[in-house]
Amino acid sequence: MNKHLLSINDLSADEAFEILNTASELAKISDGPMKKLPTLRGRTVVNLFFEDSTRTRISFESAAKRLSADVINFSAKGSSVSKGESLKDTAQTLQAMGADAVVIRHGASGAAQRLADSGWISASVINAGDGTHEHPTQALLDAYTIRSKFPQFNQSFDGLRVAIVGDILHSRVARSNVLLLTKLGASVTLVAPPTLIPVGVADWKVKVGYDLDSVLKEVDVLMMLRVQSERMANSFFPSEREYSRGYGLDITRLNSLSKNAIVMHPGPMNRGLEISAESADSHRSVVLDQVSNGVLVRMAVLYQLLGGATLTGEVSA
Amino acid sequence: MEFTITNARLIDDQVVDVIVSSGVIAEIGNGLNKGEKIDAAKNLLIPGLVDLHTHLREPGREDSETVATGSMAAAKGGFTAISAMANTFPVADTAGVVEQVYRLGQEAGFCDVFPIGAVTQGLAGKSLAELGAMANSKARVRIFSDDGKCVSDPLLMRRALEYVKTFNGIIAQHAQEPALTVDSQMNEGIVSSKLGLVGWPAVAEEAIIARDILLAEHVGSRLHICHLTTAGGVDLVRFAKSRGINVTAEVTPHHLLLTDDLVTDYDSVYKVNPPLRTERDVLALRKGLADGTIDIVGTDHAPHPTEDKDCEWQSAAFGMVGLETALSVVVKAMIETKMMTWADLVDRMSIAPAKIAGYLHHGQILKVGATANLTIIDSNANWIVDRNRLASKSKNTPFEGMQLPSRVVHTFLNGKQVLSNGEIVNGGAIE
Repeated sequence: MNKHLLSINDLSADEAFEILNTASELAKISDGPMKKLPTLRGRTVVNLFFEDSTRTRISFESAAKRLSADVINFSAKGSSVSKGESLKDTAQTLQAMGADAVVIRHGASGAAQRLADSGWISASVINAGDGTHEHPTQALLDAYTIRSKFPQFNQSFDGLRVAIVGDILHSRVARSNVLLLTKLGASVTLVAPPTLIPVGVADWKVKVGYDLDSVLKEVDVLMMLRVQSERMANSFFPSEREYSRGYGLDITRLNSLSKNAIVMHPGPMNRGLEISAESADSHRSVVLDQVSNGVLVRMAVLYQLLGGATLTGEVSA
Repeated sequence: MEFTITNARLIDDQVVDVIVSSGVIAEIGNGLNKGEKIDAAKNLLIPGLVDLHTHLREPGREDSETVATGSMAAAKGGFTAISAMANTFPVADTAGVVEQVYRLGQEAGFCDVFPIGAVTQGLAGKSLAELGAMANSKARVRIFSDDGKCVSDPLLMRRALEYVKTFNGIIAQHAQEPALTVDSQMNEGIVSSKLGLVGWPAVAEEAIIARDILLAEHVGSRLHICHLTTAGGVDLVRFAKSRGINVTAEVTPHHLLLTDDLVTDYDSVYKVNPPLRTERDVLALRKGLADGTIDIVGTDHAPHPTEDKDCEWQSAAFGMVGLETALSVVVKAMIETKMMTWADLVDRMSIAPAKIAGYLHHGQILKVGATANLTIIDSNANWIVDRNRLASKSKNTPFEGMQLPSRVVHTFLNGKQVLSNGEIVNGGAIE
């Protein structure tokens, strides 16, 4: 595996499955009496968060701690970053502190790659969401969640049908999921009003539709994306109600899904906008599985980037 | 002062000797020998290059470029006249600032520096700057531009076009509809969609070009379109010229060679406004320059200090330095592809820009009596761009490490040698 995880493009399908397999192994260990592994003892993982995201930060923090790494949380708010310190200065500071891995969340697309390519720092860089570009660990945990619900797709996602619904244009989750799910073999349909579909989508290996109702019966996985109300102010759609009528997952739509279909959401959810409370809390919803799987998948990523040796070897040692 | 350039090859392949005396060409012939001898070694002698689009950053951002360092970069690039854009601090929107820039150019003495005046006060796009005062100043400004910003208000643009008719001025428009380019970071298309960067769509450029062409026709004034980047824009200018509308257009060297897929790694050296476009656009721009739809090459030389580029893409400044690579890039894009001849290049990079701007002593055909603003080029040489060897104070070249054809050997400004074998010589006040 590469030194960094910046984009799903950094992974082959085999490497992606290897991460999922590692996460499965870690899940078995986590169910046992000793939840904590010694793998990354003495290593330092820095959570460098230029954007608020308590969920993602906590998930990475738990993952690192369960591998016995030392964790430093570096949040932009209230730190020197808000006083105009540049990404470069921050990176050099972390380098001087001896960080082995930097988990970066940043509002600017490409910030993670910039950090990795710049030569400012020698640590492994893990992209925890960069602007509207990518969020690769989210896609990996989504794939892990899908696989755990559909064992028939254990080795390949060939035949799996996924619809991703909502603000594709501004979604790093959508970009990473499109890349990963299609790489693993799934067929992906994007559903949104045309204003929220990128103009370059013709180049993506996906189908695009504007009508949610027509795709509901034909999917195994329905992935709803968060819609920010600021989009409405910029006329991406006329009103929250109109959006909700066209693209919200209400109880009627939920009931028209095929028998085994699941509903996913990267969180945090706008209940009543892109997803109704009934849908969010229904038995089809795997939202909480996504959260708990997040820790396992992030452990697997840290493990593979920093650990090196095989899992069984490490655990028995 | 008198000297002889011997063994100079002209663009028609004739090899001649040229006597330069008191700043003008005194004699052209064979076997000439008067004063000091400068052997051109059968390299190409052309009129000095003329740039209508240069950012010199002085006053205000002397950390990135000064009039003097930019002038040296110009001389190294074979330019004898450059045009300093108005987006300095303070903005060049008064007679005082344009005279200061003009004077700094004369004092540096490496090329003629002709200031461009702002169209609107403070480049704010709200009310006209004192265009007449700048035109009547010692700097004799004829080109006005808010470059970096678009004069987006159609009524203000109309008024500006009308107003400059008094002194045969020209409005150079940075065509960018602001409402279509809020926070835009790169060309909107396949690459921006993948990278999650806010797009700068071609239509935002073309909508303004179309509007301004019609305004120029309506009021019968002169319009110059800065840095054309889209295939659609070339079509619009072609249409305007076929209608007899008085419009001229410019393309930068980088837009003739580079495409938006270079942005893939988020290297901010490729961040520029207007953005790098697609291969289809590049080919249309080359065709437009070759057939004369696009009149001139303008460098849009835009120096930025390291710290303004050494950051995440979104925070990085827009712009690339270009004076020292312009000629070679145009040779690579246009002559090596056999789309243009050297005669065409001399037209697009010297004769035509001097004519548009009214720089009477530049862009002249080489003949007795012409001002000795001259450049000698080794058209057989290749060189590798090394940013640390640039004369410009800033190093933000997108051509770093690239091998380019043709090297500027000597440059002469008003009969004074300012570049000798690629090295700057003889600065100091222009007499």
